[in-house]
Amino acid sequence: MEEVKVLGSWPSPYGYRVQWALELKGVEYEYIDEDLFNKSDMLLKYNPVHKKIPVLVRHGKSIAESAVILEYIEETWPQNPLLPKDPYERAMARFWINFVDNKDKAAPIVTFFIGVGEEHKKATEETKELLKILEEQALGEKKYFGGDEIGMVDLAMGWMAYFGVIEEIVDVKILDAESFPRLHAWIQNFRAHPVIKSNLPDHDKLLVSYTQKRQMFLGSTTT
Amino acid sequence: MSEEVKVFGFWCSPFSRRVELALKLKGVQYEYIEEDVFKNKSPLLLKYNPVHKKIPVLLHNGKPIAESLVILEYIEETWKANPILPEDPYEKAMVRFWTKFADEKCLPALWKAGWSPENEREKAVDEACECLKTLESALKGKRFFGGETVGLVDIAANFIAFWLRLIQEATGQELLSAEKFPDLFKWTDEFGSCSVVKESLPPRDKLLAFFKARVAEAMDAQTNASK
Repeated sequence: MEEVKVLGSWPSPYGYRVQWALELKGVEYEYIDEDLFNKSDMLLKYNPVHKKIPVLVRHGKSIAESAVILEYIEETWPQNPLLPKDPYERAMARFWINFVDNKDKAAPIVTFFIGVGEEHKKATEETKELLKILEEQALGEKKYFGGDEIGMVDLAMGWMAYFGVIEEIVDVKILDAESFPRLHAWIQNFRAHPVIKSNLPDHDKLLVSYTQKRQMFLGSTTT
Repeated sequence: MSEEVKVFGFWCSPFSRRVELALKLKGVQYEYIEEDVFKNKSPLLLKYNPVHKKIPVLLHNGKPIAESLVILEYIEETWKANPILPEDPYEKAMVRFWTKFADEKCLPALWKAGWSPENEREKAVDEACECLKTLESALKGKRFFGGETVGLVDIAANFIAFWLRLIQEATGQELLSAEKFPDLFKWTDEFGSCSVVKESLPPRDKLLAFFKARVAEAMDAQTNASK
């Protein structure tokens, strides 16, 4: 018996990455949803350093940090590979995962979600620049970031698949078919993939959850 | 057929020194190209790293790779001598976890603590010491993070073994002491005494002078700000 557990917290895209990887490889696992305002003893035990999700637990041993977990999954269950074989192509994949996980690089996206006024305008422009880099340099002419099949980079870009909800809430559309045709097409392809399709957060629930989150941040910054 | 390996770096950057260390550990010959990162980045660097425009960049047979940790994984997969990662997938995951911790948490916290203004110093120092304590727990009494030989975590933590000591000397602030962090302190000596590591470090006096100049600059800025 494999006995794999995944600790996540809906609708975190970091948690989803791990679930998508296991699903794509046909690995059975138990999913445990964490309330990040009331972390379980299990989470604190399995990720004492960061106390964050996602965590993968197998044979009683835990691994934290989604990028680290994805590499572990790839090495442990080699079927339906998520990384290319060629070392240079693998380096390119790791480069893009690193890019999108870099907190400084991704900061404009956060401000796009919770910012207001001038700050929000600036973040909107910066987010567009980021998306341009992803569309032109990371995706290029390929169907998926991983090529013809979904790969690890696609999983890391999964947050884009439900970025539309954020656009709805802040009432600003950036990721449209005209401005970013290839990214827009990628989102449709990614969401339609049979494994991803059945593992995406529900739109209406996301709308409620993200609206609450935004209110929380706006409320905490007004005097 | 000779392989063309080039490293674009900056003399005092721990990030490009990481790459050089890994190549030296594996006995890979390479050409080093010094970039003037503060004033005049070369067109080649901007061509090879258009996204970040930073060093280090590794060029192998004409193909560029950026981001030091990505480069280290590439080096490990391309040149098999003296592995810096374990074979077991779980052990590998632990190494990657601690490498990330050293790189993403420790380095920024230590840098901040070294240079923070008076009023923010105590908090910054506390955070830095927390990081050091946590990182020390990963050593578990071993000679290196990699066990008997230098591994990926050791390479990623190079800043702590060398740069930090000089920052401490320049600022007069001690973060990593033998009393508070005996295992980690011992590791800095072990790591620093490896001949291949010594070859991959910037000149001590030049780096100390560089940090002392920064301290002077920071003090001038503070004095001017309070005028």
